[in-house]
Amino acid sequence: MKNIKTKGTVRKVPFKVYIRNTWQLYLMLLIPVIYMLMFRYKPMIGGIIAFKKFNVFAGIWNSPWIGLANFREAFGSRDFWNALMNTLVLNAGDLILGFPVPILIAVFLFEIRNLRIRKLTQTILYLPNFLSWVIIAGIITQLFSNSGLVNDIIRKTGLSEINFLSSPFIWRFVYWISGIWQSAGYSLIIYLAALSATDSSLGEAAYIDGATRLQRIAHVTIPQIKPTISIMLIMQLGKIVSIDFDRPYMMGNTLVKSASDVISTYVYSVGLQAGRFDFATAVGLFQSVVGIILILSVNKISKKMGEEGIM
Amino acid sequence: MGELKSKADRRFQIFWNTFFIVISIVAIIPIVRVFSMSLSSKDAILAGKVFLYPVQFTAEAYVRSFQSGSFLSSFIYSVFLMLGSTVVCVVMTVLAAYPLSKKKLKGGTIIMTLFVLTMYLDPGIIPKYLNVRDLKLIDTFWALIIPEALSAYNMIIMCTAFRGLDSSLYEAAKIDGCNEIQTLFRVALPLVYPTLATLALFYAVGRWNRLSDVLYYVNSSKLYTVQMVLKQLIESVKISQEEGIASQLVADNIKSASIVISMTPMVIAYPFIQKYFTKGIMLGAVKG
Repeated sequence: MKNIKTKGTVRKVPFKVYIRNTWQLYLMLLIPVIYMLMFRYKPMIGGIIAFKKFNVFAGIWNSPWIGLANFREAFGSRDFWNALMNTLVLNAGDLILGFPVPILIAVFLFEIRNLRIRKLTQTILYLPNFLSWVIIAGIITQLFSNSGLVNDIIRKTGLSEINFLSSPFIWRFVYWISGIWQSAGYSLIIYLAALSATDSSLGEAAYIDGATRLQRIAHVTIPQIKPTISIMLIMQLGKIVSIDFDRPYMMGNTLVKSASDVISTYVYSVGLQAGRFDFATAVGLFQSVVGIILILSVNKISKKMGEEGIM
Repeated sequence: MGELKSKADRRFQIFWNTFFIVISIVAIIPIVRVFSMSLSSKDAILAGKVFLYPVQFTAEAYVRSFQSGSFLSSFIYSVFLMLGSTVVCVVMTVLAAYPLSKKKLKGGTIIMTLFVLTMYLDPGIIPKYLNVRDLKLIDTFWALIIPEALSAYNMIIMCTAFRGLDSSLYEAAKIDGCNEIQTLFRVALPLVYPTLATLALFYAVGRWNRLSDVLYYVNSSKLYTVQMVLKQLIESVKISQEEGIASQLVADNIKSASIVISMTPMVIAYPFIQKYFTKGIMLGAVKG
């Protein structure tokens, strides 16, 4: 109702008066809008070099069109498939190993009554979220290198050392674990907030009906935070082909290249380091398009299944 | 609940309290260990004596980190870059969010859509790089501020905060003769202060920690942020790891001291950040 009323009043105001009242608002918007056009939309148009043979001297517009040649080259390149597979594998590991951790921590943390310990755990687990991947990579090398703490402990128990950072297979686990360490605290806060909004009388009713604690957690608590869990899951599934740059770039090294080369680092090395702008743009564009399709479809599927979407 | 007194419950509480204490300790060990290594002597570290507390306590590593001019100057530069970048980002966010929070604004919906679409349509790094290069920003201070100056996501959070204000406040300001700019500064901004502070912190932490754009847009070492300098230090260690060289190019205590120095701003600000960030996550992330 309110909306209709305000619309009505706007119509009655003469255009001159409207402008006199609002020109300052338009003036404020001017800079951000120009900014968005210059720094977000202009590069989108620049993306057409994916379909061109980019020539530095001719520039984006005057370089000759070559159709899908860059894409064909990418699909025929082993490095591209390696980067794509690694992106999927690393993200899938984050999902399978990393996704349930904060949920489990939140559910059990919510059950304990000692608020001091609850707060302490939350504070400590959230801290690594504020450390850069450069710092985390530095810390991880100190812990997992052959002369690092973990191998020191392993050697003391009489076992032989493990090449955490030079065997591609084991390196993946280091990557996943560091991801849990860095980001579990963030999701934990979201789940704890969702939990504190749940209705405790349902749990009490289940208790009276003779449900054990684990039964209550599984059948009362978790179903209540299911909307939050599904939104978090949708967001992560939608991002399964896209990968942040800093994390794989800093965590990887030349010995584990076969596992740590991902789309973002591949685009960087082919595009910015080797200067093949057109080809690298094509790879990036492929990733963006698949990403959008995934987000839209995951969103649609979840809505069909009766869950909330993110859009 | 009668359960409070039951033995099973007490056992449950003891088990999980212990469990979470252990988890917390495990999660904090890496950070504690970096601290203690930074305060230990090189020999003690090489001999593998340092675990959770400094051995042969010395602040030598810090002195040496600061003496190597590049680290100190890049630290000071990074602080200024962080502050400058945060100011620019916050100003841009408010400039966009305040007008768009007015439902009556003609064309507002179209402009809002223009902003929202940027969250999903990513041109990728190469076109962005070429754009920055066309604008002659490569290898300048501004390349580390302008390309990330406005995030549509944060703008929407800010916009929601403005919309949450009581509309009668705006009307009162109007009757008192405030124009839109005066209303923004005298009425709206003081009231959305918590959201503003949260976003400022988001931007500041993001700028401090981000490495990628320094790699993309900057070549000269005088524009290197702390993260970039630290990256070079760590990489020199990585190389020695790969080649199996026992003697490292940079001693572990100096590397640890550098890590500690680069995380200081975040760790000092953490208690204060935590309060706002916890709210901040809730502002944007969750509908359910």
